[in-house]
Amino acid sequence: MTDATGPMVAADGRPLKASLNRALRRQKMRALLLISPLLFFIMITFIIPIGQMLFRSVENQIVGDVLPTTVVALDAWSVKSGEAPGEEVFFALTQDLVLAAERKEHTRLGSRLNYEDPGISSLFRKSGRNVEVMGEGYAKQFDALDERWAETNTFSEILADPEWLADAAQVETAADMDRFEVNEDAATYLPRTVAAYTSFANYMIADKGKDPAKSKPWNTLHLALFEDLRAAPEITIASAYGDMLRTAAAAVPTFETETLSASFAKIDKDWLDPDVWSTIKRYSPSYTNGYFLNAIDMEKTVDGPAWRPEDQQIYLTLFWRTLLMSMTITISCILLGYPVAWLLANLPARTANLLMILVLLPFWTSLLVRTSAWKILLQQQGVINDIVVWLGLVADDNRLALINNATGTIIAMTHILLPFMILPLYSVMKTIPPTYLRAAKSLGATNWTAFWRVYFPQSVPGIGAGSILVFILSIGYYITPEIVGGTKGVFISNRIAYHISSSLNWGLAAALGTILLAVVMLLYWAYDRIVGIDNVKLGG
Amino acid sequence: MKLTTTLLATSALTLAGSAAFSEAHMADTMTIVSWGGAYSASQQGAYHDPYVANTGITVVNDESSGEAVAKLRAMNEAGNITWDLVDVEAADGIRLCDEGLAIEIDHDTMLAAAPDGTSASDDFGSSIVSDCFIPQIVFSTTVGYRTDMVGDTPPTDICAIFDLETYPGKRALAKKPLANVEWALLCDGVAKDDIYDVLATPEGQDQAFAKLDTIKAETIWWSAGAETPQLLADGEVVMGSTFNGRLFSAIAEQNQPIGMLWDAQMLDFDGWIVPAGLPEERLARVMDYLMFATDTQRLADQAKYISYGPARASSAPLVGNHGELGIPMAEHMPTDPANSTNVFVTNYEFWADYRDDLDAKFQSWLAQ
Repeated sequence: MTDATGPMVAADGRPLKASLNRALRRQKMRALLLISPLLFFIMITFIIPIGQMLFRSVENQIVGDVLPTTVVALDAWSVKSGEAPGEEVFFALTQDLVLAAERKEHTRLGSRLNYEDPGISSLFRKSGRNVEVMGEGYAKQFDALDERWAETNTFSEILADPEWLADAAQVETAADMDRFEVNEDAATYLPRTVAAYTSFANYMIADKGKDPAKSKPWNTLHLALFEDLRAAPEITIASAYGDMLRTAAAAVPTFETETLSASFAKIDKDWLDPDVWSTIKRYSPSYTNGYFLNAIDMEKTVDGPAWRPEDQQIYLTLFWRTLLMSMTITISCILLGYPVAWLLANLPARTANLLMILVLLPFWTSLLVRTSAWKILLQQQGVINDIVVWLGLVADDNRLALINNATGTIIAMTHILLPFMILPLYSVMKTIPPTYLRAAKSLGATNWTAFWRVYFPQSVPGIGAGSILVFILSIGYYITPEIVGGTKGVFISNRIAYHISSSLNWGLAAALGTILLAVVMLLYWAYDRIVGIDNVKLGG
Repeated sequence: MKLTTTLLATSALTLAGSAAFSEAHMADTMTIVSWGGAYSASQQGAYHDPYVANTGITVVNDESSGEAVAKLRAMNEAGNITWDLVDVEAADGIRLCDEGLAIEIDHDTMLAAAPDGTSASDDFGSSIVSDCFIPQIVFSTTVGYRTDMVGDTPPTDICAIFDLETYPGKRALAKKPLANVEWALLCDGVAKDDIYDVLATPEGQDQAFAKLDTIKAETIWWSAGAETPQLLADGEVVMGSTFNGRLFSAIAEQNQPIGMLWDAQMLDFDGWIVPAGLPEERLARVMDYLMFATDTQRLADQAKYISYGPARASSAPLVGNHGELGIPMAEHMPTDPANSTNVFVTNYEFWADYRDDLDAKFQSWLAQ
């Protein structure tokens, strides 16, 4: 907008462009303010929940949260070694599992990992029940050495920061205590015991509201202490317990030891199976592509993604079938709906209204009722088969299979979705002036040319709108396919529903849903490129 | 929509109730979730009505047991538990317990002992399949057949479902592996005691699917237990599996030409779980209700309305006649000695481990 005489200016002397922009911006802001309640509402009730649900398709914090030290200890191990990991991993597992079992988180983790490797669910359930005995042997041997080891406050006296202890003595209820703090000596000489006691103390305070110094210590504390003393016998702790620790350190080499891997194997021999450990390791990161791989019939293996065995592949078939059948349904809706809509748009108002009620009546009837009605009509001993047998078209022992297969799904869903095709078609056709057809004919066009060259192009926006509605609705349908689809007529949504409500594998359901959403968006984009979304009309 | 309204109304009532009756320390409304239909009606008659008569509280019925596991998880994540007591199948009870969505129950202190003093846990016996599960009934998945379509030799053996020569025609089986794979192995010559060991191996699973392959083309797969009686009544299938109560109602209440097998029936349990995270007053009410509704007499009363066996051993002798038909119910119970000569007790631990895996294989097999 600039030329040799400088920018154009408005009446107030500002450049016209800036002034115009400002006015437009204000208008836009006002428009945004007007829709902001709706926008806010949609964000809260629609976009955020859907986003959260879709996020579950990659979320996998549970392994790292429940087995934090095991996951770290497993870093050095590889399934290629062909054997179960060493004692240090089992030590970490004991510490993690005791806490997890107290919090009842181990079974949730078991269910999670069971999706990847059957058998892990009961492995964790059993182990959670028995893990508290691990280290009991050491607890008894420490007791025999000095009775103070069995007292509830010994560990906190040795390990706690004196300031924390003083603070802890001040609080009214244990639940108000600060998180456990350790003293420097203990942190240097007894790192494992400190880690074990910290999780014990924090669990007692935060989850139970109990004073850790008044709670019976877990056996895993003695186990950790044993390992610490065995690793570094030179203890120089100045507290009153220094001598007691040194005596213990001297006695530790004579202790009867316990092999943790053997104890775990006694609970369930699967703990010695490298595959179990490999599954834990593969799913230890906080985010995983495992669900997405499962959703396209692949699996996460040590050597990267690989196809599942053929007898477990199902999802790609289902995606493909869903798209194909949805398209078939859309096309049959167009073929059946177009003449009806034309009739509605061109008949006198009285008759058209009556016909409209016939279109809308099934629309108002319950989905289940309509689907069940199709069952009665289509089954082998049903009305339609009875009629064709009576007419002699097929033999009685060779009745048509019209239901519990893809045919059944297509028939029932075409019927159910037909109004979604007829209504937009009708409202678009209503706006096409009948004079155009007459004009075409008076200029010499045949009936067919007049329809095909003049009428049909004007009704395309209605077909577009109807097709999008029918296609997108049918892609997400699952009740009708479940009832009439048998095995060959079910959609991907039936599997999504199964994983949401029965198997509780929400991660996989979310991955399947995300893929379905992406496919629909892609098709929508393709439609926009080919036909143009402006060319869609829901009405006049 | 209806559910939402009920839930909203319930929470509003609960709030109002707890404010008004705080001295009683028990909520005066409870929402009980069950399966609906005849089953909920039997609970209404045997448990809810007498309890309401004693206490004057309001019981709100919700028929969402089919989606209970998913809904409870969603409620738990939202931190807003609107249900007080939920009726679930044993397998779902285990799942809810594993997920930490149900509270653990001390059966001996929280439930009534039998009249002869036997502790609740002994009285319920093996039906306590999980620490969170309070059993109510024993039901079985068994096979019914059209008496007019099997000729002169009605089936007496579960393997009739695989015998297309003697019993030609369509079969109705559940669209899930449970029961189907066990029967397939049993009829393929695997000893009853070895079935779950065999099923845990890939070869055993292949063997089961190979056996099912022989009838795949002749099978209609159902997803709701009501479908089989309907398919039998319409003559669509010659035989089909479903829950014994459904068959009883088709035979005794609707006089359909249907007979049923009591062979290798899969015994299963149904019972209560208490959702985790209930406020104190509501929890107190639920525990009070449970003490009453799971005692020996109440469990026996339920059998008046429906042909499922009471989960307590001490209830069996108290089972009387059908409420409307007046026929003795004991002989229609899956637990009756005459009916349970050859039963199959579902191995819950196996199914908790292998359910997802076998289901994936089963669905893939169906789609092929």
